[in-house]
Amino acid sequence: MRENLDQWTFVIAAYVIGVGATLILAGWSWLGMKRAEKRRDESRGR
Amino acid sequence: MHAYANPARFLKLARPLTSVLLVSGLLLTAAALFYGLFHAPAERLQGETVRILFLHVPTAWLGMAGWSGIAVASFVELVWRHPLATIAARAIAVPGAVFTFVCLATGSIWGRPAWGTWWVWDGRLTSMLVLLFLYFGYIALASSLDREGGSSRIAAIFGLVGAANIPIIHYSVIWWNSLHQPPSLTTGGSAMAGPFLWGLLAATLGFTLLFAGVVLARMRAILADAQAEARLRRKALEA
Repeated sequence: MRENLDQWTFVIAAYVIGVGATLILAGWSWLGMKRAEKRRDESRGR
Repeated sequence: MHAYANPARFLKLARPLTSVLLVSGLLLTAAALFYGLFHAPAERLQGETVRILFLHVPTAWLGMAGWSGIAVASFVELVWRHPLATIAARAIAVPGAVFTFVCLATGSIWGRPAWGTWWVWDGRLTSMLVLLFLYFGYIALASSLDREGGSSRIAAIFGLVGAANIPIIHYSVIWWNSLHQPPSLTTGGSAMAGPFLWGLLAATLGFTLLFAGVVLARMRAILADAQAEARLRRKALEA
């Protein structure tokens, strides 16, 4: 029996996972860098 | 290479490069994925699901390139004791694991309509899953060594030994029977149609720039954390 699958459902699911993970990774790395550099600069002034 | 063993010299280069790589990577990736999603033609056999490959192929490349980067950094750390090599290996691990996971997830989603199954235990899929577990092992080992003050050389040896999996992933579709297709892009040419090939190359370049930007950002974070901790420790001793 041949299944009737909507291919776009699979395409959208893959893009949500791929794009979501990439944006979270980039944002998390950028914010982590900014936070760490702020902490270093603050430690200079203490 | 040794000139950049000095963190100050590295930071002078990394500061402007981080945002350039991140922004250009994001823009190129967004454009390539937009093309893949809305403009690339559907394929004769795979239909619309061929669009998933604009994500799957670049992330597969980065999963393997990431571990290759860890292996090179580990080698440099073991042989020359380059201080930034340890930091580079640590910074690559998380993005490498994320892209390996995305590769496996998008491959599985593509496999359901194309092969009729989410997963098969064949050489390519299994060796890629092993790569994800290697990343998890490396991240756990490196963070435990950093926390407990152990020798980072143990993580470097793990990084080098794990590199044995990279040629296994690459040749798995040639050595063993597999549902996974053999390489479409080789030094001898491409089996892909032009519109698809150029879109895929743009997506691969975009993701690679993004990956490099993320690695630089994470290296800067590790360096800044180490500098802040050293400074606070020194002040505590002086007080």
